[in-house]
Amino acid sequence: MTELTLAATTENIGAVTAFVDEELEKLDCPIKAQMQIDVAIDELFSNIAFYAYENGGDATVGFDFADGVVTLVFTDSGKPYDPTKKVDPDTTLSAEEREIGGLGIFLVKKTMDSIDYRYDGGKNILTIKKTI
Amino acid sequence: MTINKQLNGTALTVALEGRLDTTTAPKLEEELKASLPGLTKLTFDLSKLEYISSAGLRVLLGAHKTMMKQGEMVVTNANEIVKEVFEVTGFSDILNIE
Repeated sequence: MTELTLAATTENIGAVTAFVDEELEKLDCPIKAQMQIDVAIDELFSNIAFYAYENGGDATVGFDFADGVVTLVFTDSGKPYDPTKKVDPDTTLSAEEREIGGLGIFLVKKTMDSIDYRYDGGKNILTIKKTI
Repeated sequence: MTINKQLNGTALTVALEGRLDTTTAPKLEEELKASLPGLTKLTFDLSKLEYISSAGLRVLLGAHKTMMKQGEMVVTNANEIVKEVFEVTGFSDILNIE
């Protein structure tokens, strides 16, 4: 697994995306899957940047590829939080009633093959997989 | 992301180029806050938008709610990836997508 560790800030989302895109381009990843993965990075890394730490901290993004499946692992040492437990938003509500909370993680669930969370050794470990 | 605006009377077309995500959505929100007063029609041209994340959806929803009170908002030329995001999230039922 190739890893990148950096400060968990929204300013660093671009660096994470560039790191993963470089790996995906080596694999001739189809553009649609790449864009979906980039959106997933935006949703998950921004979540860590906004909520994991009170006073800042690092996050690690790991990349792996095997048997046609891309695996991304997001690790942080912030407060325990399982985004997969977030209740799915009601996507049938009108514009006035719609709320945006939960939409990001919902989008990740819908576009990736799987999303798994575990808390281990004081770390939030979120793994997403996508067949490309 | 690049934001290109073209005003024609009280109709504004906003062409977005690049990626509408956590990093770029605040810039669009700022631009719209300044541009929306007095508009009767707001058109988003998404032909050069690569993708949109939930941060971008939030800005489009905010603009849609404002325009519902004073006119209309239309979203045009979204690519397959952006359209899929609209569909999965139910935004295709909320926004006027052409």
